[in-house]
Amino acid sequence: MTAPLDRTNPVARLLVAIAFAVVLVLSVDVVSAGVALVLGGLLLLAAGVRPRGLALRMLPVLLVAPFAGLTIALYGAASGGVLLSWGFVHVTEGSLRLGLATLLRVLAIGVCGIGLLGGIDATRLADGLAQLLHLPARFVLGALAAFRLMGLLGQDWRALSLARRARGVADSGQARRFAGQAFALLVLSVRRGGVLATAMEARGFGGPGVRTWARPSRLGRADAVLVLAAVLVLGAAVAASVLTGSWHPVAVLGG
Amino acid sequence: MRPAALRAEGWGWQHAGRREWAVRGLDLRIEPGERILLLGPSGAGKSTLLKAFAGVLGDDEGDGAGRLLVDDQDAGAARGRVGLVLQAPDANIVLERVGDDVAFGCENLGVPATEIPGRVARATAAVGLLVPQDRSTAALSGGQQQRLAVAGVLAMGAGAVLLDEPTANLDPRGVPEVRDAVLAATAGATLVVVEHRVDVWRDHVDRIVVLEPGGGVLAQGPPDRVLREQGSALAAAGVWIPGFVPRAARSPRPGGAPLLAAEALAVGRDGAAVARGIDATARAGGALAVLGPNGVGKSTFALTAAGLLPRVAGRLEALPALADGLRADPIRWRSRELLPRIGCVFQQPEHQFVAPTVRQELAVGPRALRLGEQAVSDRTTEMLETLRLGALADANPFTLSGGEQRRLSVATALATAPKVLVVDEPTFGQDALTWAGLVDLFGRLLDEASSVLAVTHDERFADALGADRLVLA
Repeated sequence: MTAPLDRTNPVARLLVAIAFAVVLVLSVDVVSAGVALVLGGLLLLAAGVRPRGLALRMLPVLLVAPFAGLTIALYGAASGGVLLSWGFVHVTEGSLRLGLATLLRVLAIGVCGIGLLGGIDATRLADGLAQLLHLPARFVLGALAAFRLMGLLGQDWRALSLARRARGVADSGQARRFAGQAFALLVLSVRRGGVLATAMEARGFGGPGVRTWARPSRLGRADAVLVLAAVLVLGAAVAASVLTGSWHPVAVLGG
Repeated sequence: MRPAALRAEGWGWQHAGRREWAVRGLDLRIEPGERILLLGPSGAGKSTLLKAFAGVLGDDEGDGAGRLLVDDQDAGAARGRVGLVLQAPDANIVLERVGDDVAFGCENLGVPATEIPGRVARATAAVGLLVPQDRSTAALSGGQQQRLAVAGVLAMGAGAVLLDEPTANLDPRGVPEVRDAVLAATAGATLVVVEHRVDVWRDHVDRIVVLEPGGGVLAQGPPDRVLREQGSALAAAGVWIPGFVPRAARSPRPGGAPLLAAEALAVGRDGAAVARGIDATARAGGALAVLGPNGVGKSTFALTAAGLLPRVAGRLEALPALADGLRADPIRWRSRELLPRIGCVFQQPEHQFVAPTVRQELAVGPRALRLGEQAVSDRTTEMLETLRLGALADANPFTLSGGEQRRLSVATALATAPKVLVVDEPTFGQDALTWAGLVDLFGRLLDEASSVLAVTHDERFADALGADRLVLA
């Protein structure tokens, strides 16, 4: 049986991921981020996301998040009792709380964003963006086709390094070599883009008529369930935060 | 589907930034349902004409003259009536999955969504592409990609199918299969094929049309008549004509002292071997042809032998005659040290270009060797002449035709007179003139006691060099 999340429309997943990110940057506090992280994680597990795969995809976020939290804890706006003071470093109760809130926030946005968008099918997303959100077909399909070419960039880069060594121009300093090769990759990509555009036009892309879509993109019950669950999770996070008095809209921090 | 009529009236095209016309004063009538083999030497504007009929030649790419008509309609306005399959099979792929890619043209033409799955199924069946619809397009072989491209234009219901060298990049064993699939699938449509190898198509077309570089139609008529009357002239112009072999085979030459030796060599990328146990020796004045089916690691072996990829296991030794004071392992040499010792020509020429003009491209190697300005200039000029690139000296390498790019990439390697030249499929898609030119150049290199190591499917080429065979399996 396919996982419930696989039955949702990629557009619904994208919108829910955006909703999580927006709500979680409204306030920097431990409670809303913590609740969203726990409930959001449970929601993803219920939707059939495998913890192992998610953890692997999360690796970069897991590595970076502690540093973000630590930086805020060491240098963030001071408030409350001073715990440690050394040069520019002022660790206070307030900055420690902010650091923890930042850490949880980065994790919550990361888990929900990566869990929802990881393994998303680019073609189906493009179908949905064009048919449900009515973004211009030229833009969506151009981006989709270009996205496929991105996979070739790595291969091109390796071939270019070998070719430049064979041409006798690979001995210069590393910075210069990198710059030269990056430019070559750019030229090659532009060229590939041109060929791709010709191939697309040769199949009637960008013609005057109305385009049809072979794969209808619809929103269904699975999408309704996903959106409802997301609203509940985010609602619970905000409510818990407000009720415990920890809700601090970001604007207040600046002032 | 109704077959389309194609017509050119005094048509011409001049690529942006070139002095010469690619095509000029072309008058041509192609009747609905007719099958045409379009011939002409490299640079005669064959690909350009196909693109123009398909309506994809942009105003920014050059200047046109005269008229091109599809069913009495301007070719630019008849999109969808004409389906074009571009030269490199992978250049035609737009989407990630086979079924989606075939459907792409139908969608653009506004075919009702309910009708598309049927069209996709019929088109893929017609070309004999027997893979699941959700198969990744990147995972297809060259022959399958070619079938996919044809299926894509068939599904559109194009009344004319134009194919630019559909078999040039295929393993020779796959050529008849793809040709037969194309013929069966396009029955009832107008068909125009550009291809250097006449023998593949001559018995399957109604008419041969020969284009003249910078001109119009040089000759046309039933295949047998055109070949009888024009055969030698066409062969001299570089068209592959059955019965005209451009260069006799050399007797195999044993070669002299070993320059580069592989022993139980395993090659691969990132430490994972794709081929093992390779024993081979490149000898001064001798050629070695590396043969074998696609995917057995021939190109990886070539890159390793050329000192570009580290070996996975075993030995690869540059003997003193080649190493000339350096250590025996070519991967440890500097890029500039590699240059006069081992040259390498890649399968895809575009990866090797580093300069904005053909002339500067040829000067890159000699300049890296720190030759004097006069010597650099002499060698550049010599290469331009030998490989017939003189008229293109100021063109950007990326704007050359496929055959011209291949010639240029070989010339850049020859410009530094390497003791060992490693080449990967140098004769793919070449006209007979370029082919003979390459054989001459490599022959000269051999006469000068250099060694040539060629990955190739082309037995005739291996014979012409009198090469030893190394078959990887």
